[in-house]
Amino acid sequence: MMARNPAAPAAQGTPAQDTVAHAAATPDRRQPHAELGLTGAEYKRITEVLGRRPTDAELAIYSVMWSEHCSYKSSRAHLRQFADKAPPTGALLAGIGQNAGVVDIGQGYAVTFKIESHNHPSYVEPFQGAATGVGGIVRDILAMGARPVAVMDALRFGPADAPDTRRVLPGVVGGISFYGNCLGLPNIGGELAFDRCYAGNPLVNALCVGVMRHADLKLAAATGPGNQVVLLGARTGPDGIGGASVLASASFAAGGKSKRPSVQVGDPFMEKLLVECCLELYAAGLVVGIQDLGAAGVACATTELAAGGGTGMRVRLDSVPLRDSSLGPAEILMSESQERMMAIVPPAGLERFMAICAKWDVQATVIGDVTGTGRLEMTWHGELVVDIPPGSAADQGPVYLRPVQRPAGQDAVAADDPARLARPGTGQELRSALLALLAAPDAADKSWVTGQYDRFVRGNTVLAMPQDAGLIRVDEQTGLGVALAVDGNGRHCLLDPYAGTQLALAEAYRNVAATGARPLAVTNCLNFGSPEDPAVMWQFTEAVRGLADACLALGVPVTGGNVSFYNQTADTAIHPTPVVGVLGVHDDVRKRLSIGFARPGCRVVLLGRSGAELGGSLWAQVVHGHIGGRPPAVDLDAERALAAVLAASAGRGLLDAAHDLSDGGLAIALAECCLAGGQGAAVQLSSGQLPPDPFAQLFGESAARAVVAVRPGAEAEFAALCESCGVPAMVLGQTGGASLEVTGSFAIPLDELAAAHRGTLPALFG
Amino acid sequence: MTARVGVITFPGSLDDHDAARAVTRAGGVAVPLWHGERDLRGVDAVVLPGGFSYGDYLRCGAIARFAPVMAELVPAARAGLPVLGICNGFQILCEAHLLPGALTRNSGLRFISREVKIRIQNAITPWTSHYAPGQEVTLVLKSGEGAYAADSATLSALQAGGQVLACYAGASPNGSAADIAGICSESGSIAGLMPHPEHAIDALTGPGDDGLGFFTSAVRALASA
Repeated sequence: MMARNPAAPAAQGTPAQDTVAHAAATPDRRQPHAELGLTGAEYKRITEVLGRRPTDAELAIYSVMWSEHCSYKSSRAHLRQFADKAPPTGALLAGIGQNAGVVDIGQGYAVTFKIESHNHPSYVEPFQGAATGVGGIVRDILAMGARPVAVMDALRFGPADAPDTRRVLPGVVGGISFYGNCLGLPNIGGELAFDRCYAGNPLVNALCVGVMRHADLKLAAATGPGNQVVLLGARTGPDGIGGASVLASASFAAGGKSKRPSVQVGDPFMEKLLVECCLELYAAGLVVGIQDLGAAGVACATTELAAGGGTGMRVRLDSVPLRDSSLGPAEILMSESQERMMAIVPPAGLERFMAICAKWDVQATVIGDVTGTGRLEMTWHGELVVDIPPGSAADQGPVYLRPVQRPAGQDAVAADDPARLARPGTGQELRSALLALLAAPDAADKSWVTGQYDRFVRGNTVLAMPQDAGLIRVDEQTGLGVALAVDGNGRHCLLDPYAGTQLALAEAYRNVAATGARPLAVTNCLNFGSPEDPAVMWQFTEAVRGLADACLALGVPVTGGNVSFYNQTADTAIHPTPVVGVLGVHDDVRKRLSIGFARPGCRVVLLGRSGAELGGSLWAQVVHGHIGGRPPAVDLDAERALAAVLAASAGRGLLDAAHDLSDGGLAIALAECCLAGGQGAAVQLSSGQLPPDPFAQLFGESAARAVVAVRPGAEAEFAALCESCGVPAMVLGQTGGASLEVTGSFAIPLDELAAAHRGTLPALFG
Repeated sequence: MTARVGVITFPGSLDDHDAARAVTRAGGVAVPLWHGERDLRGVDAVVLPGGFSYGDYLRCGAIARFAPVMAELVPAARAGLPVLGICNGFQILCEAHLLPGALTRNSGLRFISREVKIRIQNAITPWTSHYAPGQEVTLVLKSGEGAYAADSATLSALQAGGQVLACYAGASPNGSAADIAGICSESGSIAGLMPHPEHAIDALTGPGDDGLGFFTSAVRALASA
């Protein structure tokens, strides 16, 4: 039975569809705005914008476009700082507000990159949630005109040994592996962390980077009246329709069948075809504007394209190819079916456009055209069901300044200094502490995860996990490349969201620099609890302020990003967890630095200033389950100087290895260098430049530091370089041998280090 | 003359660029071939690259064998055209019955992506003449269904006839029968290899350049032919 066939006889004078004319004639009809997540004030504003009540289809559009996810209504006022405080740069070709930021990397190349959350779907259905997260961010990059060239992901779960983590983690990793591998994009790195606070709220943040020539840049704008609106890719089904089923049941209470929202299912094969098809369409010059379909599907793509173009658009919703013929206009608008794009095509090129789509077996359908009316109009079998100013849905959503309140317990947390915790003292105790930290799930070898990801495909991966950053070759002749790192630290941000966010940026910046690349631009994924909680809102505003200030100080602009609110279970929010991605340019990837100590006889040098900073440290967390005190001090001038030393050293070939210091401090960094390269090292701690306590020297987490192995013969030149840049450099010892030895304290054979490091995740996850 | 080596792109092929790069690096000319065209464009040899042809939603390679280009390739291969199937390409060659046996799910039930060492068993094929018999080379294994399986009679015949092209050195990572990493036809001209030589042509982007030998073998053999 076709309950919603528009040709079905209207009952009691009500048309089968709620048309614009019907809406104007029935101003008092009750509409389920609250069930769709719109407040009474928001609903009233819609009626003011339209001068009448919205139709069901219009209500569907506003409800999704004015949702937190699409409108950034709680965060938008704060995110302006990223533009207001943006450092002067000539590198930005497209910035915030586009699908993804675009950065000039020289030689006529541009790169676009962005990180986005798929947290909630990944908890409900880990495999498909994570898979479609990869698919979504890849389409964002494709929509800018770029060829996607690599992905990364930052993952956070509940305790590693919790039963639910054994459900969620293998599913998420399997989903990323399934989608990314089948799509043919190398996975070049990311993060994996565990904490109780993520038990009901895993964080699955996916990043994609793409490369294009400057001239290839595409914008989401429907320009040129008469141009055709083409929907291409998968057919539309009832995927991810939450609100629309509310609308449907309210509108069709009598006799309507219930519509359960179904989980979005990813088809990476279709996405691969879509990628190759779009790139061929771009190369043929057949696309004047394009937008991916992600959250809010057709509603989002049409309103944003129409708002971006400014002249108006007309869409025939009944032309949208369906997988489920019973879908009505509201459901088609809200469906989040995957692997779809919407292109604006000049009529003269339409035939060639369709031929290229046919070549790639990609279904393409003209569903409308660009008009000169300034309005977004949609029809359903000839009847007008949407007639709105597109900007009112796309850009002019509500903006809220939510109440902000510094949490009452914040001072107590800061006062709970880790100095009170029992520390290892003897060599034997320090040895045990290092092995314990190296085996802790947060610091343990991640091969169980990364061994399921293809990092080789396309043949341009120069560095991937467990390196500090991923490094992708862009030009085979010149060696031009891009480095990418993502970092976050919920512990630091809990102690001080302003400083903690700056530390996350500093770490990603340092990681990129440790490959020898010059950091250039920033993306971010801001994972927080409920914005309706003033304490969470305080964390959020502090994090945004910290990131904007630090980006200005480091000279790296924010090019785009994503906010994920409502990461909480009942009243308990996750730690504030901004994840920051930094992109750098590498002039010659053949001169990249890796973290491994690969040959003996290199001088091991610690760069940067060390203090006894243990607040929010890995040691305090792993050994004592403690988070308190102050996070490490932020010194952005020191970060800049360190990055300059690393880039210059790489260019001049002075170093054999470089590794940034972060979680677990010097001890973990040295162990990772030895394990990655297969060479041991002997180091001496006693020196005036380090804190007196060997424990703090080994496990303190002061920022702006790196450990390097200097090529034999380059010692003097490297020392002079450090001095000229004002970077403290302390000689620790030499590479070589089959153990990591702290002279006078302890030695650990590499085999024993490896066993501790590599055994943890396989033991937990099989 | 310079050898012209065709690289077929199926919908869902992923390592076609890599295979073409390896052919070029080996001194040959890489010629793109399209699944939908019954045309081998006069090439001297063909590589079927890795990937997920048609999404591999049915059995891996099961749909690709019906592609129009295969209607040309199968008789040409039977007539002696050198063909190398890598990973998904190996699966397609088995599905097309150009090679015996099948590739099945890894014994660990997870996708494996890592460097792997194999031992060349047969060094007199057009694809392996660059190597010495018994030589161990490091390539890249990346597959979810890479465990070679065949009945015992077929395995015995492969071993007796020198058709085991290469074995995993050490324990098989995926449960392959007889640790088989690759096999070839009786004449040696049709070869299937689960690990990827095209990802091991340069120490900058892979484990080293051990894999280049598969391509230089073919390019040299064809150039001197």
